[in-house]
Amino acid sequence: MKYLSIDQCDAFYGDQKVLECVSLDVDKGDVVSLIGPSGSGKSTLLRVLVGLNQPTSGRILLEGEAIDYKNRRSLKKARERFAIVFQQYNLFQNMTVLKNVTVAPVKIQGRPKKEVEAEAVLLLEKVGLGEKLKSYPDELSGGQQQRVAIARSLALKPEILLLDEVTSALDPELVTEVLDTIRLLAKEGRTMIIVSHEMGFVLEVSSKIAFMDAGRIIEVGEPRKILEQPDTDRAREFMGKILRH
Amino acid sequence: MNYTIHFSQVVEYIPYLIGGAWISLQVAFLAFCGGMVIGLFGAMAKTFGGRMTRMVVDAYVSFITNTPQLVQIYFLYFALPEVGILMNSYQAVLLGMTLNAGGYLTEIQRAGFLSVRQSELEAAETLGMNLMQKVRYVILPHIMKVLFPSLSNLYILMTLGTSMAAIFGLEELTGRALNINAETFRSIEVFSLTALLYIVVTVVASLLLLAVGRVFFRVKGKVF
Amino acid sequence: MWERIAEELPRFFTYYNVIFFLKAMFTTFLLSLVGCLLGSVMGGVLAVIKITKSNLLRPLRIAAVVYVEFFRRIPFLVTLLLIFFVFQALGLEVSVFTVAVVSVWIIATAFIAEIVRSGLEAVPKTQWEAAEVLNFNLRQTLKMVILPQAWKVILPPAFSFFVLFIKDTALASQIGVVELTYSAKVLNNKGFSAALAFGFVLLLYYTISYPLTKFGTWMEKKIEIS
Ligand SMILES: Nc1ncnc2c1ncn2[C@@H]1O[C@H](COP(=O)(O)OP(=O)(O)OP(=O)(O)O)[C@@H](O)[C@H]1O
Ligand SMILES: [Mg+2]
Repeated sequence: MKYLSIDQCDAFYGDQKVLECVSLDVDKGDVVSLIGPSGSGKSTLLRVLVGLNQPTSGRILLEGEAIDYKNRRSLKKARERFAIVFQQYNLFQNMTVLKNVTVAPVKIQGRPKKEVEAEAVLLLEKVGLGEKLKSYPDELSGGQQQRVAIARSLALKPEILLLDEVTSALDPELVTEVLDTIRLLAKEGRTMIIVSHEMGFVLEVSSKIAFMDAGRIIEVGEPRKILEQPDTDRAREFMGKILRH
Repeated sequence: MNYTIHFSQVVEYIPYLIGGAWISLQVAFLAFCGGMVIGLFGAMAKTFGGRMTRMVVDAYVSFITNTPQLVQIYFLYFALPEVGILMNSYQAVLLGMTLNAGGYLTEIQRAGFLSVRQSELEAAETLGMNLMQKVRYVILPHIMKVLFPSLSNLYILMTLGTSMAAIFGLEELTGRALNINAETFRSIEVFSLTALLYIVVTVVASLLLLAVGRVFFRVKGKVF
Repeated sequence: MWERIAEELPRFFTYYNVIFFLKAMFTTFLLSLVGCLLGSVMGGVLAVIKITKSNLLRPLRIAAVVYVEFFRRIPFLVTLLLIFFVFQALGLEVSVFTVAVVSVWIIATAFIAEIVRSGLEAVPKTQWEAAEVLNFNLRQTLKMVILPQAWKVILPPAFSFFVLFIKDTALASQIGVVELTYSAKVLNNKGFSAALAFGFVLLLYYTISYPLTKFGTWMEKKIEIS
């Protein structure tokens, strides 16, 4: 039995089919990277997992049990196990950095406030934002907001972490920092699905890579294999362009 | 409660009420057109006029928008005769509504004037347009696109506002409803039917305005 | 006209008349205030119903849409008369003031529902989504995330609606509510010059409405800056 299994999922935006028959298996402790051109459906796949876009057909199974996205309780249970860091961070604009990180563990998970705050401060220090606890998101740079978003998702202690291009808004120095954090999480054995364009990093950290194009997963496999000797022309062309950078 | 609802008695009056609705629309249309003219002069005076002119227009707009239309019409109807200006109720209502609309339309049209950007005018200049062409091809289309939603909105509000005319004995929709009520005493039926007619009339007007806006002024809007 | 007004002035501004006007002014103010406050509560509820998505609530959602669209398209005068006669038919002994407040409430609900809805929608969708994946329920999302951001968009137009309705309540004079317009009619009927009676009441409306309008624009600017 697979830990997380995406089984032939379709998804739409209006009339436009943006995911087509997507299947992907993830084992516990896996780090799966999604790569592919812009608009290929990487973000959408992550959104489908947390129920922001509902799959119109196909199933998603967590430890053998299908998530019923139409059922509030089932969806709630699934969302307790996932945490997502959005491409655009989506921090709560009306809350301080600290509040952003603690609000869900305290108000939703019902954990003791003191304990959560202590943890949150540690997390924020770890991502280099120990000084910014009382700041509001609009007072932070994009990269800083990105790191708050990462801390927010980690504070939830999720089983599966979904990261959508978390390094795209960071300067090179911070990229290393954030990637180190992710590396550490990978070593700790956290299951992750990552969307990233940092091919070197992807190669190093992933246990599996899926290449997406036009809403489909075209190739899945060993990182080195996908990056260096892909089977399909489309993937080869894409890698060629990326690596030439 | 010993009131039972009987629509049967008022059904025969429906054509009479619809005739009233038609009058409401006409009153609103006349007042709106008059208001547009006043508003155009007002807006020009505020944009291009001297200090005194601007102050006068400001006072007018401020007075109109900060006092009730009903009392404005009362004043015209009851107070002006004291200085020898006599008006029948229809004239008083129409004048009152026009002056009132003029105040709001001054503000609306001024916003339109301000929205014409210098750059667009310069672009028109480089295309070698003369003044009339500039107005026709650049300024008016632009102003209408910006203003059309507020104008439509005001027109609908004014249509509803015409019900006030009934107070002065005009036999538009509400006035006719009062007549039927006096004859049949089926108050609830009469006034709910009247309410429904106002809804129908304004929805139709909204749809027409929407179509006009789409076709002529490239305005994207929604009725609901 | 001027001589007549000058001659009537001392009789016009007697102690009792001044008290009468002040009371009427207060009634005018209160009508709009109470109606709009009640309308804000109901309008808020309708706006929230309108943004729900569950299939179960669909009938409620349709009812909310119909209510909002209909009551924004009925003249206040017609609503007043309708409510007046409905109370009469029900045999309820209520004051005309109550009838007027209920009428303002009904209309204000429809308009404020629209104001609140567009305020809620002005908060970016991503904020709703972030709350959703963190398992916030609707109440928590509204209270902790959306309203703290949306009130800035909602308050200024809601306040201008309230000021606008101060003027519309002049129509309540038609069912006998002793507010400002009614008081002018009373004094005019007592034989005072219409120019004096209605002119003075116009002035009183202005002294309520003008400062409130100015306050509204000031508030809007203040909110925008913060
Ligand atoms: N909110 C939306 N409304 C309509 N269509 C959308 C929306 N978001 C995405 N799409 C469409 O869905 C498709 C997949 O988009 P998605 O965001 O999943 O791509 P992506 O692979 O994450 O791209 P990128 O690398 O640019 O983030 C695209 O064709 C896009 O146009
Ligand atoms: Mg994306």
